[in-house]
Amino acid sequence: MSTNSIGTVNYLNVDKSIWSWIYTTDHKRIALMYLAAMMMFFLVGAGLGFIMRLELMTPGKTVIDAQTYNSFFTLHGVIMIFLFIIPGIPAVFGNFFLPIQIGAEDVSFPRLNLLSFYLYVIGACLALYSIFFGKTIIDTGWTFYVPYSLTTGSDVMLPLIAAFVLGFSSILTGLNFVTTIHRMRAPGMDFFKMPLFCWGLYATAWIQVIATPIIGITIVLVLLERTVGIGVFDPAKGGDPVLFQHMFWIYSHPAVYIMILPAMGLVSDIIATFARRQIFGYSVMAITSMSIALIGYFVYAHHMFTSGMDDTAKIIFSFFTFLVGIPTGVKIFNWVATMYKGSIDLKTPMLFVLAFIFIFSIGGLTGLVLGALQTDIHLHDTYFVVAHFHYVMFGGTVFIFFAGLHYWFPKMFGKMYNEKVSKVVVALMFVGFNTLYFPMFLMGYMGMPRRYYESLPEYTTYHQVSAVGSWILILGILLMVGNFLVALNGKRMAKQNEWDSMTLEWTNAATPPVTLNFDKIPTVTAGPYNYPDYSDSEGNPSLEILGEKH
Amino acid sequence: MSHTAEHSHDASHAEVHVHRDDFGSKLGMWLFLFTEVILFGGLFLLYFSYRVKYSHDFHEGAMELDLVKGTMNTAILLTSSLTMALSILFLTKGNKKWSLIHLAVTILCGFGFLINKYFEYGHKIELGIYPSKTSGELMNMPEGQQVFFGLYWAMTGLHSFHVIVGMILLSYFGVQIIKQTKVTQENYARLENGGLYWHLVDLIWIFLFPLFYLLH
Repeated sequence: MSTNSIGTVNYLNVDKSIWSWIYTTDHKRIALMYLAAMMMFFLVGAGLGFIMRLELMTPGKTVIDAQTYNSFFTLHGVIMIFLFIIPGIPAVFGNFFLPIQIGAEDVSFPRLNLLSFYLYVIGACLALYSIFFGKTIIDTGWTFYVPYSLTTGSDVMLPLIAAFVLGFSSILTGLNFVTTIHRMRAPGMDFFKMPLFCWGLYATAWIQVIATPIIGITIVLVLLERTVGIGVFDPAKGGDPVLFQHMFWIYSHPAVYIMILPAMGLVSDIIATFARRQIFGYSVMAITSMSIALIGYFVYAHHMFTSGMDDTAKIIFSFFTFLVGIPTGVKIFNWVATMYKGSIDLKTPMLFVLAFIFIFSIGGLTGLVLGALQTDIHLHDTYFVVAHFHYVMFGGTVFIFFAGLHYWFPKMFGKMYNEKVSKVVVALMFVGFNTLYFPMFLMGYMGMPRRYYESLPEYTTYHQVSAVGSWILILGILLMVGNFLVALNGKRMAKQNEWDSMTLEWTNAATPPVTLNFDKIPTVTAGPYNYPDYSDSEGNPSLEILGEKH
Repeated sequence: MSHTAEHSHDASHAEVHVHRDDFGSKLGMWLFLFTEVILFGGLFLLYFSYRVKYSHDFHEGAMELDLVKGTMNTAILLTSSLTMALSILFLTKGNKKWSLIHLAVTILCGFGFLINKYFEYGHKIELGIYPSKTSGELMNMPEGQQVFFGLYWAMTGLHSFHVIVGMILLSYFGVQIIKQTKVTQENYARLENGGLYWHLVDLIWIFLFPLFYLLH
């Protein structure tokens, strides 16, 4: 158990035929298939973003025409949101590590899990079909707002059906995870002994189950409108387009918490591991995850402050938007407090997390600027929103996705990557990211509208700085992918517990894990971050050690 | 949460493991039903928003609907929920024959509902009251009625689709009862989950019926 199991039977080499992958119900193999698909889509989406930045370097046409630009920002959004960050962390790391972290052999419904994956693949094919075979490419923006999405001549049908199918996939994953957490925990694994990553997934899974059907029915109505003219959102037939926006954001705002909550959980795991400390305020961290999920439902209309809404409603939604900042702030402070007096080891995952805390704080605080009624009137639909969104989603979720990749890569594949290169990757990404997106805050503040093909000359310098940032960022991403590919084919074996972490996937499962995860289902007696106490001699009264000490 | 349900856990090295968790599968089913409620919930939300906006037109629209057929369908679905519950009860008592009979009656009720709906829809189409991009009487009606009938078709249509899915599901379980493979006296979780689904479809109709047919 304590050695690397690459030479012996593990989940990767137990059966190497292609059919054993296609028909697999092993959560770890499904996770890897998701990972492969998602990295591909991520690179496509990043490529589209790269070309858009290139286009905006000079006023007028640089590389693509205006209609192509419209399609590009739509596809960039659709791919990145529906194919990458919504399923992202839950489908890859959740699938792989949720069962192992709670000491289970698999998820509750393994076959349903495989179905989720195939629905994801079908959805992805539908979304991307029009790029390769369609006559026209969707140009509505990823929000599909009516009435434009009802009247545009571009191909809206397939991407909409794709979003519906992907929603189904997301619901089934959420349903599976909730049931798994309730039913499959190992003996002794109480709810409050679960790693915080599992708590993040649990909160997320509930949002997936409760919010996603709303976008499903909204999409069905738009499809019915385009095919048979059902008229529910068509102003000519008495319908109200603003109601579409309500329905859309009832799902799509909670969806950003689907994206961020698992990432926040993972941040807690990584910080505890590399600061070698019990997480500060463990139960508060778990509860804040749930409360973000809950409050997240009552903030959606802050996307619509300029759409025409009752003033009282605006004030209430603005209030709740500020309220959701509280649990988020608590998390940030707890992470920093965990590191205080810890024995911090600056390995790559930890560096990503530190970059995350810096970037996400900027993203979160600018979110409050947008959540305030007056400032939002000025900043609505400007680059400020684009910058805010990328600071929380790219700098938040995607950075942590990468952190997770570096954290769990040794466990998943049994190989170790080159740490020196990966630290360069973090540096490139951090510098590239801020160079790319920070100028957008400034442009947005000055009034540059989002989604515009053309821009005034005074913005050109900012766009050019931004473009340079995108090159650095892309370089970092490619270097990371290369580093992983080299490691996969290399001979450097990972240790069974590469980071001396305390959660079950490191302490009790082989590297890489065997098919049923454990030789023997573990019995859990202590909390997940039961590190040897490094606190000073007078002790730290706020340290709350769960379970028994080592 | 109760942990009394069967939960056999084979922690040996065996690569094939038997994991049966009836409570877990029912939990999964409830979560799925939750998503169904919210799927229709979105439509109910639209219904209420438009009802406030076009209360008079909704009144006029409701007068056009066939109250007799609507009431018949309500009775049919309520009966089918009873027979569904009895079917599960008989199976757990080991009475395969009566379980199957009640299951068949449930499915037949579903057919009855759809036939009724077919005539109702047919009559509406005859009158030209159907959504269309180009023609039809509906386009000449007041805006509020256009929305009313748009929602009527969308909501009852989606509901009928669920009835069809339910019938297919129950037929499949019927075959499994006959074969005594996956659904037996000891292992009836599937039929129970199918029953839960059927009751939900019934429940949605219980809300659709007054909102469209009764609320003038």
